[in-house]
Amino acid sequence: MATSAGAEISAGRRAPGWHRRVRDGSALLAPVAAVLVVLGLWELVVRAGVISETNIPPMTATVGELFSQLGEGDFWTAVGRTLEGWALGLGIAMVLGIPLGMLIGSSRWLFRAFRVPIEFLRPIPSVALIPLAVLIYGTGLESKVFLAAFASFWPMLIQTIYGVQDVDPVATDTAKSFGLSRLARVRHITLPSAVPYIATGVRISSAVSLILVVTAELVIGAAGLGREINTARSGGNLEVMYALILATGLLGYVLNLVTSAAERRVLRWHPSQREVAA
Amino acid sequence: MSPRTRQLVELALEIAVPIGIVAVLWAWTAQSDTFYYPPLSDVFDRFADNWLFERVGSDVWPSLRRMFIGYFLAAAIAIVVGTALGSSRMLRRATAPIVEFLRSIPPPALLPFAIVVIGVGDDMKIFIIAFVCLWPVLLNTIDGINGIDPTLKDIARVYGISGRDRLLRMTLPAASPQIFAGLRLGLSLSIILMVISEMVASTNGIGFFVLQSQRSFAIPEMWSGILLLGILGYVLNLAFVIVERRVLAWHRGARASALG
Repeated sequence: MATSAGAEISAGRRAPGWHRRVRDGSALLAPVAAVLVVLGLWELVVRAGVISETNIPPMTATVGELFSQLGEGDFWTAVGRTLEGWALGLGIAMVLGIPLGMLIGSSRWLFRAFRVPIEFLRPIPSVALIPLAVLIYGTGLESKVFLAAFASFWPMLIQTIYGVQDVDPVATDTAKSFGLSRLARVRHITLPSAVPYIATGVRISSAVSLILVVTAELVIGAAGLGREINTARSGGNLEVMYALILATGLLGYVLNLVTSAAERRVLRWHPSQREVAA
Repeated sequence: MSPRTRQLVELALEIAVPIGIVAVLWAWTAQSDTFYYPPLSDVFDRFADNWLFERVGSDVWPSLRRMFIGYFLAAAIAIVVGTALGSSRMLRRATAPIVEFLRSIPPPALLPFAIVVIGVGDDMKIFIIAFVCLWPVLLNTIDGINGIDPTLKDIARVYGISGRDRLLRMTLPAASPQIFAGLRLGLSLSIILMVISEMVASTNGIGFFVLQSQRSFAIPEMWSGILLLGILGYVLNLAFVIVERRVLAWHRGARASALG
């Protein structure tokens, strides 16, 4: 991207405006066309009977159902419940993961001492804890949040540890020789250089948190989109089921966009983001 | 402190702290009469009863088989498709919204879809595992191929290397560090999906066992299953790291990573 942006600037005087407009136009056209083609194929395949309508309803029916869901209060309540679990899970993971990561990352001893326990706990699939969560917290919001927080804690913690360890030693030494206190060093050196890693951690954790919330709703029946999907399936209401699956995907997509935009905003000053912003 | 003693102390810490944690848990739960946290010795007993090696054939093997089939299927498809998408700017642009959308669907939300369309057998579980592992590998392959040093591409062109040689000796090796990053993410996802798919619709497997134990209030059994899943995740991750180190030995970045 960097080179094309640079070329655009240098060619800016010669290339008239329409040139760029055409290019932007085709850049927008291709994805839109591809989405339309896929949607069209879906409709065609089902209408032509390649896939039975009892398995997958036609696209128009599903998208129509999605729009009618958008007008219903129950749908938005379910979305709200899912988002509530997502936000609490992610929030708890950040509040615990970032400080702990900074602590462990900045000490060689602590890092070595906790490396094996972390490596052991991290790959435990958090879904293995679903039965435990049900026993201890029941089938409500607490279970959802516990699972989401547990799962998204690890990417948060590990990204922060990486980030803190990646601080340029020259910068730390310079700060030391200028007599900056430990706290000032954390504030002015460690934190800013760890922020890109932490931001990546937030992005990963956000996705993980949503996955776990929906899983909890599906498997243990906590209120939210996941439960609605399962209800629609067991009721044989396929159009609603597919519409809700689409809605869940869109929710994930939007949350991705939001966290990426937030990341760009927070990291505007950072080299990795400059070309994207340009 | 000399570097040598320092190293020894660090190694001692690395060994002692986990042992210490287990010892504390052992002592703490030994007198426990809470139903949910049985004494650690009970959990270990059940672990030995169930998993060494009574249920290996009936539960562990079916689980692992589904997981590996799904995982390798996903890896193969993702690397092939990712190579194609990574080499063409137009294709990449066109498919970006679809890839982004499919990837954003929380995988468990697809379970009802898979059950309706494929049924509740092994195929459904393999499908769901493969579908989910596909995205991290695909995206990383695309990025890896897209991000190949232009100088390298120019050199390949100048020397007239093309076709198969170009793909096998330049493109794929240059993208392999990123592909491996994706494969690693995919591996941990495949374990997660293995468990979820068994919890929702299954008659065997580790996930099924854990959920079944909880439902019948066999708490030490449940914990032994969770412990097994932890060990499994750890061992698979370790095996992956070993393979990655070997394959990417030439790549400096692989050695610089501190946390394994």
